[in-house]
Amino acid sequence: MEHALIPPAEIAILGIPGMVLALLIPVVGIAAFGYIIARRLIPLAKGASDPRFDRFPTRIKQVLLYWLAQYKQPRYRLAGILHIVIFIGFLILAIRSTSLVIIGFSPDFVFPGLDGTAGTVYGVLKDYAATAVFIACIVAGVRRGFFKPQRYSVPAKYGTEHTWEAIFVLGLIGGLMVFEGLFEATAVAAQAQQGAAAELIAPLSLAWFFSVLLGQAPVAALQGLHTTAYFLHDAIFFFFLCYLPFGKHFHVISSIFNVVFSKLDRGRIKPVQWGVSDEELDNLESFGVRYVEDFTWKHMLDFYTCVDCGRCSDNCPANTVGRPLSPRFISIKARDEMFDRFPVLGEIKPREPLIDRVFEQDAIWSCTTCGACEEECPVMNEYIDKIVDLRRAMVEAGQVPQSLQKPLGALEKRGNPYGKTEKKRQEWTQSLPEEIQVRVAGSKDQPATLYFPDSATSFDERLQDIARSSATILHYCGEDFGILGKAERDSGHEVRRFGEEMLFQTLRDANTQAIDKSGAERVVTSDPHAFNALTKDYSEVPPAQHMSQYILDKIQSGVIKLKPMQEEASVVTYHDPCYMGRHNLLYDTPRQVLDAIPGLTRVEMERSRDRSFCCGGGGLMLYYEPPEEEERMGQKRARMIGETGADLVVSCCPFCLTNLEDGIKTSGYEGQIRIMDLTELVARHLDWDARQA
Amino acid sequence: MNILVCVKRVPDPAENEIEINSDGSDIEREDLVYSVNEWDNYAVEEAIQIRDQHGGSVTVVSVGEEESEEILRREMAMGADQGILVSDDAFEGADGRGIATILKAVAENGDYDLILTGAQSDEGAAQIGGMLAAMLNQPYASLVNEIQVQGGTKLEVGREIEGGNQEVSEIELPCVLSIQSGINEPRYVGIRGIRKVSGVEIPEKEASDLGLSEDQVGEKAARVKRVDYFHPEMGEGAEILEGGTEEVAEKLVELLKSKGGMK
Repeated sequence: MEHALIPPAEIAILGIPGMVLALLIPVVGIAAFGYIIARRLIPLAKGASDPRFDRFPTRIKQVLLYWLAQYKQPRYRLAGILHIVIFIGFLILAIRSTSLVIIGFSPDFVFPGLDGTAGTVYGVLKDYAATAVFIACIVAGVRRGFFKPQRYSVPAKYGTEHTWEAIFVLGLIGGLMVFEGLFEATAVAAQAQQGAAAELIAPLSLAWFFSVLLGQAPVAALQGLHTTAYFLHDAIFFFFLCYLPFGKHFHVISSIFNVVFSKLDRGRIKPVQWGVSDEELDNLESFGVRYVEDFTWKHMLDFYTCVDCGRCSDNCPANTVGRPLSPRFISIKARDEMFDRFPVLGEIKPREPLIDRVFEQDAIWSCTTCGACEEECPVMNEYIDKIVDLRRAMVEAGQVPQSLQKPLGALEKRGNPYGKTEKKRQEWTQSLPEEIQVRVAGSKDQPATLYFPDSATSFDERLQDIARSSATILHYCGEDFGILGKAERDSGHEVRRFGEEMLFQTLRDANTQAIDKSGAERVVTSDPHAFNALTKDYSEVPPAQHMSQYILDKIQSGVIKLKPMQEEASVVTYHDPCYMGRHNLLYDTPRQVLDAIPGLTRVEMERSRDRSFCCGGGGLMLYYEPPEEEERMGQKRARMIGETGADLVVSCCPFCLTNLEDGIKTSGYEGQIRIMDLTELVARHLDWDARQA
Repeated sequence: MNILVCVKRVPDPAENEIEINSDGSDIEREDLVYSVNEWDNYAVEEAIQIRDQHGGSVTVVSVGEEESEEILRREMAMGADQGILVSDDAFEGADGRGIATILKAVAENGDYDLILTGAQSDEGAAQIGGMLAAMLNQPYASLVNEIQVQGGTKLEVGREIEGGNQEVSEIELPCVLSIQSGINEPRYVGIRGIRKVSGVEIPEKEASDLGLSEDQVGEKAARVKRVDYFHPEMGEGAEILEGGTEEVAEKLVELLKSKGGMK
């Protein structure tokens, strides 16, 4: 093929044949990249096992949705769109970049299938892709450099700003686009000057502008620019490839794997060690994560993949109220620890504990396990399992805050965090009307349905109303139901998530045995934490339902008939509990129940459904006293409720009720906003005249 | 430094509802759960920290029924090196002096540079530490909230006094200290920790092993005897607010406002 300009392969640079240089750059680049990746894989190979090689159809769907379709990106509109442009541009330009590299030593190379029309179409497409990526880089750079969105800022305790890294990489990407364009434009300009049939160049694209600008440039200048653009593109390309594994741009390589192997089971906590049964736990030398290599290989891949975008921390309720936790810096600090301990050059450094060095104890205790960070992460990083693993090691080392030791001690001795005697667990039944009988299920009396209130609802005076409302509803439906009474233990849901696995197992086993003895065919609970425990943490118990599911079933089958809205509330809003919504995807069930009350007007908070803002957490979290906190999560949430103009907020979790009731009172909304549990609202609207039973 | 810490198994008010029994001789002991006395737990943590910094060993001793073994094990799971259970029917009915006599025998049976007790336990007498020191003819500091080891022969001990002031004294080793709560933040002991030390043998000593006889320590030797146990009757001006938590809080606020305690 005739070339208007001498191709890079045939020109000599400082006496070195271009072809040699064009071969040398990729060979050195690929070798260096291979070495870097091999070194980066060392900690993963040392990491704990984590079985993720299953359910491939689901995993492929994840990749199509979260990687290829960038599903989570537009949750942050501008940043998301910019990212999608750059991402799609990269995918399109991958072919162009590869062929450019090959052209360096094989000037007439054409990508298979891209000769003829397909090649022309691709040529236009890639010109626009490069232009779009270039513009996106400029917008992103201006955004990072001048407008500096708050979520990218780095608090002093976590080091210095990361802006330069972002701008530098945007510069590299922009450079690739410019030199690709120049390489093409110089050839086109020369072809035009020589009257040869010029390659088609997409009008108004970056390369097109260059070709117009350079239209009259002397051939010698065009030749120089052509060669320079080629080798700079080549150099930047391989430099960028090798630079990726040194920072947040590792995600360019790792995110696809991160999405393939992402966690598929919402609301579940990983076992202490995969492949080790509960019975074998005593043989383990240690529990949890003490050193960075105690993390599983997938959790380490998460750290590599963290994009430093700050979306997790922006949504983290603990971070928002000023607790010392930032999920973003859990990832970044752990990644930096991996980089430091397992450097690309030099020896692997001896291990040192993470706690009190890389992570503060209180950062790890501050997490309510609400899951907002995981919901938001565009590359599907996990946090809850890591936090739980870190807590497991802290529990083992005795590093448990004093505020949590009392309730843990009481849970061990009495099976509830209040230290109340077991027989008081059923006292809430005493103030029920006589016709509502709550039986105690056991070997003698075996009702089909078991109502499991769990500790808070059983013992807390205010929350006992949820238990009584639930019992009233069950009675209304003519349900054959009972409770475990003093045989019930705390579900252990938070005990497990606070890292006290053995205590959790003791509680779980006691409940499993009691439920088994009761002969119940199914369990209902008004506590989403208990619901999550029964369905995810327990294995040998009958199927469990949350009360909202039970109520909706009964409404739909016509058993529950509801009276028109009786409460003096003009507008109602619904607060999604974390363990209903994000962890169990029960967003619509409680809303459907609310909408079944005739005359009820419902509005949504700005933060609702999967962006719901945690009330402050349940179980042991009620006892935890964070050393720093600007305000309570419940107070922050109360203001969000206030913004809707609603005068009644409904939730369906005892802890949400407690935390939000406190939040409403202490942030000036007392008398303006009331809060009720869904069971309370439904119990008050039962139409007894239309009752079938 | 070899440290002996005296610990007691008590019903923790945080996990029990303490009521007085019908004949007024004791609390209702049915349905009680027991833990290590809170002050003693601080003392064990302090001993472990001293050992970790300065070497030596920590021995925990408990005088009581066989069940006291469970709290010894818990303290060993915390980090104590050895446990000694002192149990004998002959100790039944012992007064404070009797218990101190038993502990003196334990102390003399070993080689300890420092003996720690909790400032007080469930019965609130706060008497053992002082008596034990006197019997051993050792110096004693009570209600200690800070310990600094000064070489191998002396300690600096702190104590909070009236008005939130802090007093620091120098004390010669060997000595006895009674430990105030809040001196440190005791570490957590989980079920797994206890299981790990479940196989460790805890020697059990009887009166004869310690060279003690019934008339030295038991009921016969007791010169302090409990004669009554009751809940005081409400006096003039005392009022118990009744109702739910919120109601009680509201009434309290009103009361405080009306009496000028709150504006």
